[in-house]
Amino acid sequence: MPRSYVVDDQEKGVFLLDREVHVSEEVLREEMRKIFAKCWIYVGHGSELKKPGDFLTRRVAGRPVIFTRDQKGEVQCHFNTCRHRGALVCADRAGNARRFFCVYHGWIYGNDGKLQRVPGDEAYTAAFDKDTLALKKPAKFENYRDFWFMSLDPEIVPLTEYLGRTTEYIDLVIDQSPSGKMEILPGTQEYDVGANWKLMVENSVDDYHLPSTHATWLNFMANSGVKVEPPKEKGLVLPTKGYAVDLGNGHFTTDNVNFRGRPVAAWISLYGEEAKQEIADIKAELVERLGEERANRVAHTNRNLVIFPNLVINDGSSVTVRTFYPEGVGKMHVTAWALGPVEESENARARRLDAFLTFYGPGGFATPDDVEALELVQQGLANWSDDRWSEMSRGMGREGEQLNSDEHHLRIFWRHWNDMMGAEA
Amino acid sequence: MTLHATQTVTRAEVEDFLFHEAALLDEWKLDEWQTLLTDDATYMIPPNDDLDGSHRSSLFIIADDRERIRQRIIRVLDPNCHAEHPKSRTQRIVGNVRLLGQEDDITTVAANFICYRYRRYERVGQYVGNYRYLLKRNGASFLIREKRVFIQAHELGQLGSVSIIL
Repeated sequence: MPRSYVVDDQEKGVFLLDREVHVSEEVLREEMRKIFAKCWIYVGHGSELKKPGDFLTRRVAGRPVIFTRDQKGEVQCHFNTCRHRGALVCADRAGNARRFFCVYHGWIYGNDGKLQRVPGDEAYTAAFDKDTLALKKPAKFENYRDFWFMSLDPEIVPLTEYLGRTTEYIDLVIDQSPSGKMEILPGTQEYDVGANWKLMVENSVDDYHLPSTHATWLNFMANSGVKVEPPKEKGLVLPTKGYAVDLGNGHFTTDNVNFRGRPVAAWISLYGEEAKQEIADIKAELVERLGEERANRVAHTNRNLVIFPNLVINDGSSVTVRTFYPEGVGKMHVTAWALGPVEESENARARRLDAFLTFYGPGGFATPDDVEALELVQQGLANWSDDRWSEMSRGMGREGEQLNSDEHHLRIFWRHWNDMMGAEA
Repeated sequence: MTLHATQTVTRAEVEDFLFHEAALLDEWKLDEWQTLLTDDATYMIPPNDDLDGSHRSSLFIIADDRERIRQRIIRVLDPNCHAEHPKSRTQRIVGNVRLLGQEDDITTVAANFICYRYRRYERVGQYVGNYRYLLKRNGASFLIREKRVFIQAHELGQLGSVSIIL
C-alpha cells in the first residue's frame, strides 16, 4: 500500500490532511517526478507572441524554456539549453529573434530549434550530425484555444482529454470576446510568496476565507457605494449562492452568481456613471450573440478555475491568469497576467485593468492579505510534527450540490494529488 | 517643458519637501501625508516589465486616482489589513534629486530611493528604484500631483507585495 497523506472518512464525514505535505523536502522531490513531470503544465498564451520571431523565456515546471513563434508562425517551446555544453541559449526575458546564439562557443539555433551553425565544425568526425542536435523540446506541447501547455511525459493523454470539462469554463471566459479571441495584456505581476505552492491552489478557490481575510476589501467596496449584502440564506458565507464543481482529473471550479461587478458586463458604481452605457452595450452584444441565458452566464456569474496542478483562471472583478511554481517547500514564485477581449475599446480596457487592481495583485486591495494568510500558514506549520493534521471536512455531510464556501473542491485537489503521489513513477 | 524657468524652484526646496514626505511615510503619518496631495493627485507603480507603459493599457501594480489613494490609506490603517498588521517598519533614503523641468506651477522631479522594509521574524525587503514627481507650487512648499514609482528589479520577486505606500 502506498502511503496516504489524507484521512478521508466518508462515513463519519471527516477529511484530514497531513501537514507534512507542505514542509517536507522529500515530498517536494516526489512532486517533481509524480506531479510536475506527469501533468500538462501551462506555458503561455499565443497572444503573447504576436509576430514571427517573438519569444519569451520562462521557467515552466522548473525547466527553462523558450516560448516562441517561429518564422512560419508556428508556436514552439524549446528547452533553453545548448546541446553542446548546456548553457542557456537565450538570456533575454522577451524579444524578437530569428536565431538563438549560445554565447559560450557560438552555436546558433533557428527559432524553430534547428542547429544552424557550429563554429569550426570541421573538427568533428562524420558521426557529428547537426540534424540530431536541434534544441530539445518537452515531450508534448499542445494548446486549447491558444492556451499552450507542455508535458514532460510522452505517454500523457492529449491536452483536450486532460482538460476534460474545464474547457466548458475556459469557453465561458472566452465568450466575453465577440470574435472569440482573448489576449494577455502587457504588464506582468511576478512575486514570491513564502508558502508551499499547494496553499495557493487552496486559496485561489477557497471562498470561505473572503469575509475574514478580505474584510478591508469589503469595506472598500462599501465605501465605493457597492454594498455587499450579508447572505440571506442560512448556511451561506457569501452574499449569493455559489457552487464548487468537480471537473474531473483533479480540476475544479467555483461557480457563483456575481455580487461585485464585472467589466463584462455588470455595472457597479465603482466604474462611474459614464461607464453605464458602454457596459449595457457590451451586455446587449452578448445577448445578441449568445442568447439571453448564455449571456447571463457570461456576464453575471464568476468562476475561479483550477487546472491541475498549478494554473488558475479567475474570472471575477476582472480576468486573471495565474500560475505558480515551488522554489523550495516554503516558497513559491507566482506569475499573474490580465486577460481581455482583443477588440475591447480603450475605455473598456482601462476599466478592466482598474477593476483588476481593486482586488488582485501585489498592490491590490485583496491579494496582499491572501499572501499574508498563506505565509502565516507556512509559519504556523513549523509545529507540524506535533500538530499534524489540517481539518478540511467543511461541507462533507452535504448531499448533492456543493457550496463554494465549503471545502469540497479543496478535497478534490487533495484526493487527486494524493492518488498521483501514491502512484509509481 | 523648459529648463530656464527653474529659478523659481530650487533643488534644496524640493529636497526638503521630499525628505519631509519620506519621514511621514516612515512614521505611518498617512493622514498627514495625504495633505501633501493635490485634489487630482495620482499614485502609480508601473509593472516591472513595462515601466513606460500606461495604466490604461498595461497591468500596473498600483494605479490610484485621488479617491483610490484615500481608500488605500483607510485600508492600510485598518487592523484588518493583514498584510500590514503588524505594521512594517520602513526606512527610506531619498537622493540624487534632479529638477527635470518646469511648466507653469508644475515642476517635474526625479529622485532615487531605497526603502528598507522590516516585517515579522526580521524579514527584510529592499525596494530600490526611482521616483518621478509632478510637484505643484503651494506657497512656500509643494503639493504632489503625481507620484510615479519605478521599481528597478526585473520582477517584484522576494519583495512580495507592495502593501506599504512607497
